[in-house]
Amino acid sequence: MQNSNNSSSTGNAEQKIPFLNDPKIRSIIYQILTIGMVVLLGYYLFSNTVTNLKRQSIATGFGFFEKEASFEIGESLIPYSAADTYGKALFVGVLNTVKVAFIGIVLTVILGTFLGIARLSKNWLVSKLAAVYIEVMQDIPILLQLFFWYSFFYDILPPTREALEPMKGVFMSNRGLAFAVPEAHPAYKYMAISFIVGCIAVYFLRKWAKKRQEKTGQIFPLFLCSIAIILGLPLVTWLFSGAPHRMNVPELVGFNFQGGLNISPEFGALLLGLVLYTAAFVAEIVRAGIQAVSKGQTEAAMAIGLKPGQILNLVILPQALRVIIPPLTSQMLNLTKNSSLAVAIGFPDFVSVASTTINQTGQAIEGITMIMVVYLCFSLLTSFFMNWYNKKMALVER
Amino acid sequence: MNMSKDKSNKNIIQKEGLKAPVIRIGALQWIKSNLFNGIFNSILTIVMLLLLYKIVPPFVKWAFIDSFWFSTAKECSAGDGACWSIIPANIRFIIFGFYPHELHWRPLLAMIMMVGLLLYCKNRDHWKKSLIYIWIAGLIIMGLLMKGGLFGLTSVDSDQWGGLPLTLMLSVFGMVAAYPLGIVLALGRRSKMPAVKTVCIIYIELIRGVPLISLLFMSAILFPLFFPQGVTVNKIIRAQAAIIMFTAAYIAEVVRGGLQAITRGQYEAAESLGLNYAQKMRLVILPQALKIVIPPTVGILISAFKDTSLVVIIALYEILKTTRTALADPAWMGFSPEAYIFVALIYFVCCYTMSNYSRRLEKELHS
Repeated sequence: MQNSNNSSSTGNAEQKIPFLNDPKIRSIIYQILTIGMVVLLGYYLFSNTVTNLKRQSIATGFGFFEKEASFEIGESLIPYSAADTYGKALFVGVLNTVKVAFIGIVLTVILGTFLGIARLSKNWLVSKLAAVYIEVMQDIPILLQLFFWYSFFYDILPPTREALEPMKGVFMSNRGLAFAVPEAHPAYKYMAISFIVGCIAVYFLRKWAKKRQEKTGQIFPLFLCSIAIILGLPLVTWLFSGAPHRMNVPELVGFNFQGGLNISPEFGALLLGLVLYTAAFVAEIVRAGIQAVSKGQTEAAMAIGLKPGQILNLVILPQALRVIIPPLTSQMLNLTKNSSLAVAIGFPDFVSVASTTINQTGQAIEGITMIMVVYLCFSLLTSFFMNWYNKKMALVER
Repeated sequence: MNMSKDKSNKNIIQKEGLKAPVIRIGALQWIKSNLFNGIFNSILTIVMLLLLYKIVPPFVKWAFIDSFWFSTAKECSAGDGACWSIIPANIRFIIFGFYPHELHWRPLLAMIMMVGLLLYCKNRDHWKKSLIYIWIAGLIIMGLLMKGGLFGLTSVDSDQWGGLPLTLMLSVFGMVAAYPLGIVLALGRRSKMPAVKTVCIIYIELIRGVPLISLLFMSAILFPLFFPQGVTVNKIIRAQAAIIMFTAAYIAEVVRGGLQAITRGQYEAAESLGLNYAQKMRLVILPQALKIVIPPTVGILISAFKDTSLVVIIALYEILKTTRTALADPAWMGFSPEAYIFVALIYFVCCYTMSNYSRRLEKELHS
């Protein structure tokens, strides 16, 4: 329309586009309108909220951080008592969320990778079982699964006195799981240090081996050497520091187990539910990633004489990981966000502590803002890390 | 596995020259080539069979042989098997919640209508403009059936809605309302206007970064503070709003993917025809973009359907909450696995149908 107008009046060079039809001016008007609407909505909500808060005489601000929380938290990574402040209680919640998310992500990636590979197995039975698992788990809401596992601990497992003992030193009861763990000994500290030293040594060994291979073409048996160093060093340390082997076995004292490592039903159910649910999604991602590497790649690698391990390491995995990482990141974030469902089964994660805080102080706005900010931080941190890793793995193009 | 085959082939060649390939038919051959091809796979098969033997017979015994189907709670406690009786004994409460007992036919009819509509949509020949009007009419009739108050139907307060109809309502209404919102957000995010783009990006990333329950908490606790005194919005509507806000952000990302897949030429062609922005999007870009993203959209519908179960946490009586309420009855305590398996089955059937359909659709649209 504009064009026809312009062409009909070519004689008049000074004729301008009508004010309202100028795309630049239009875009400015649209943007002002958008911003204006957002600001107006914000102002409307804000003013209503302020009046309502005043009317209900609810305090504002984060002053409650310094006040005494006066509620107990079932499990905590740092010492905490009801006499501590809300700030500390919330920090305990954050730590619990991080604990669940971290352990959950590690287990999920391991289980999901296994399932994804099993789904592609040439063994019909294994492949079909994996397929059934993936389909069933994906189609049942995570909350229902959490409730189910929680009821599994409470309704199906026997009381502590008749605790099941599937393996020596492992007790399953309605109070959770109790494991035997090695008794505290300075040797374990040294072992941890030597493990870290071993990892660093392997890192440098890898660099050296790569350089040597590029120079001379000789292949260094890196995999075996790495395993020997990483496992051997702590083992040697253990032997030299007196080879302690006493175990701290859980024992029934009164109504509960003392000693060993205890996993509460809440934590157990939450972890089990999250891992089993998310692993099904990860399995699909792994399967798709492996299938995305065309068969020609494997055949080409075989043709130049690589061994099966090398084919996997040098040809398949680097290409598959590129496809796998972005969706895997979003599944990790999903797991972290889903861990907030802990509130439904009573595990004291951040959301659960924050909602107790909201109930006690009445300061809902601050509480919900905190929940959102904390999860946004988790999301941003995870995606920054994964983006960095993804960039490292990404195709280097000329 | 390949290695061993190669070796045996070599042996054969050495001994008597190349043989014709063995014909692989028959049950035994199938078992050999699919379950016992190689040492590792044979071991794996045997381990799996052992595992199945350990799990399946006891489960079948528990769930079917020793189980109770129509007994009282006391008889159940005496036996060893599964107590499915909890479901027939509480079925009406689990499915309909606190909806008045004598009016249960109304939500039932509404649910049947919704399933009918969904089945009608399955056929791609029915994807016409009229479908939108059919859906609008259907949703209005369903709402009327639930709420009542007109045409001589007794009015039922929405506080009494619950169970499966509530689950279906929250997910389907949520999806229907979130879809246009998501498209607007996706277009906003692709816009060249920095202010509009920023607003949309902030909204989408903010919502996608937080868990749904933080939004549900917001709807339960904060929404009442947002409105002037005297204005009260029903709890279900508030939760529905939170679900819509949440789903819209995810739909926006899916639609954005579709928009990105449309080549530049399409935009330029539409512009060269002299279409304005709205016409360009409505007539050229969106029909193509939305078609590409149908399978992931069904995926979002599935997760929205599963996510409605989260409203348990803000004490809305959807199907999971009614089940838990039934379980809280002292008579039926301790039979929660049976009840949860029943609810899981309902969810599974719904989600499996949808995901199966989405997979089929993907294949059809690809070819």
